[in-house]
Amino acid sequence: MSGKGIHIEGLKKRYGEGDTAVDALKGVNMQVAPGEVVGLVGPSGSGKSTLLKCLGAVIDPTAGRMVLGDEVIFDNGWKVRDLRALRRDKIGFVFQAPYLIPFLDVTDNVALLPMLAGIPNGEARAKALELLTALDVQHRARAMPSQLSGGEQQRVAIARGLVNRPPVILADEPTAPLDSERAMAVIRILNDMARQFETAIIVVTHDEKIIPTFKRIYHIRDGVTHEEVGEGRGFE
Amino acid sequence: MISLAGRDILHSWGKFVFTGVGLGLLIGVTLSMAGIYRGMVDDAKVMLDNTSADLWVVQQGTQGPYAESSSLYDDLYRSLLAMPGVEYAANVTYLIMQVGHGEQDVSTMVVGVTAGKPGTPGQPRNLVAGRHITRSHYEAVADITSGFQLGERIRIRRNLYTVVGLSKRTVSYNGDPMVFIPIKDAQEAQFLKDNDALVQQRRRNADNPAFNRAGIPDLLAVVNASQSANTYVNAVLVKLKPGTLPEDAAEPIRRWKRLQIYTRTQMESILMDKVIAKSARQIALFLVILSIVSAAIVAFIIYTLTLGKIREIAVLKLIGTKNRTIAGMIMQQSLALGVIGFVVGKITATFWVPIFPKYVLLEPLDSVAGFFAVLAICALASLVAIRMALKVDPAEAIGG
Repeated sequence: MSGKGIHIEGLKKRYGEGDTAVDALKGVNMQVAPGEVVGLVGPSGSGKSTLLKCLGAVIDPTAGRMVLGDEVIFDNGWKVRDLRALRRDKIGFVFQAPYLIPFLDVTDNVALLPMLAGIPNGEARAKALELLTALDVQHRARAMPSQLSGGEQQRVAIARGLVNRPPVILADEPTAPLDSERAMAVIRILNDMARQFETAIIVVTHDEKIIPTFKRIYHIRDGVTHEEVGEGRGFE
Repeated sequence: MISLAGRDILHSWGKFVFTGVGLGLLIGVTLSMAGIYRGMVDDAKVMLDNTSADLWVVQQGTQGPYAESSSLYDDLYRSLLAMPGVEYAANVTYLIMQVGHGEQDVSTMVVGVTAGKPGTPGQPRNLVAGRHITRSHYEAVADITSGFQLGERIRIRRNLYTVVGLSKRTVSYNGDPMVFIPIKDAQEAQFLKDNDALVQQRRRNADNPAFNRAGIPDLLAVVNASQSANTYVNAVLVKLKPGTLPEDAAEPIRRWKRLQIYTRTQMESILMDKVIAKSARQIALFLVILSIVSAAIVAFIIYTLTLGKIREIAVLKLIGTKNRTIAGMIMQQSLALGVIGFVVGKITATFWVPIFPKYVLLEPLDSVAGFFAVLAICALASLVAIRMALKVDPAEAIGG
């Protein structure tokens, strides 16, 4: 279970060196509490994806500090040795497209993460089924991803992101391929899950329909974040 | 942990099975090629076995009678019978001929053998019908694969022979069926000239002052007679008394008779190294090429299958899957493809081998070796796809 969400201070990322160097992040500050869902919005090229990749431990930030739960994971350098285990155990991902593994059924798509962490298959499947029930897709537990609707696939993807109970979930435009009704449903689910599992959720989005649903929004422009209080409608 | 490879194969089994069948046909060809080589070796060994000989006595300085021609006087065997350790000695001739069978010719090896008591070397073993040759002329025993029937009359050169017996697995080193005929008939078939050639020969002799001398009126007749008779055979097959070592018996013959002697081991070595060596190298090269083609096909298929899963691999890496798990998944799929291919190949080879015109011997040990070779090839072939998968950046799963 999570501790104190995620805390980011002065995070910088520079691509290249010398004259060709590009500062994609120039000192990002963010804080997301457990159970909170915040929006991260900004135009193309503003640094959203770079920030997401730094938070997801798939690229190395140049400087700054990141605290995940109670653990300092980055302080001008990674403080954890196994970034793969960090991603597997402490960070959940929800992508623009569900990217479910096509040859695994719904249960095993969700149970794969705990299995990778060494949890026995039966126990991992039980955890997966519990989440699928919470997300109301338990009736499709034995279905293959290709047999699901877009909304169902996204709910399964959310379940996969949550299954290891990470302190933080990074959602990269999770509503982009969905219509308004389904997009709102996904945001509602994310809010419910954040509260239920005490998870900090960062939602990167362009979607004008869902931006008003966030209580707090981080605007990122030219590699710098600006915090703004959102309308927070609809999911109290 | 679930088997990702197994699940992927079950999910797209049709693709794997059809690819495996295609690969299997190629593996079937490879196994058959190995079987053809084994068949050639077995044919050569069977030919030696069928002679029942312990020693081959041939013309000095030659590697006859199979690898090159050899010529010996046909009465030589009498003196060999007196040599220490020799139980039987029998003349033999070998002649590759087209034997008339109805309106068609059958490619055969005609063997001239000495009629004798049981155990005489050279006589066909494994009679499956009829009897051995008992008369001195115009009888034949044929291998069953020649297609000749008991009682059938076959033509060898100018003479007709009655098939009195049929034998099994009596073939030459190149797989042709053997036809056994009496040694005298074989000598005639091998060396005697046709009538026109004889007339020509006699005219030349008559015109030659060395043969046609006024002071020696019988000389021309003697020369003509000597040229009309054939007293040569290709080899003498020697069977040794029980307990006699081949080299112990060979040495005195080599020393006192000034002839070339080969033991069974040496003769087998000549056949393998001189007679079928080039064919064996040819088949070995085919095997290498087929192995490379199989590896290239597996590599291409696995690479293509992996290429279609790049996004899934990026997601797997992003959510914390170890490289070793991903590499294992690809390698297991490649090995599974190899197993499917091998099973299909083995079955198809077993079914199509009987229709090959030559003897094809599928050795169980070759199949075992082939199975492991297929697995090794598939494992190697998967390395390209594994390398590509390991280079996939998990960041590819995140947009932007």
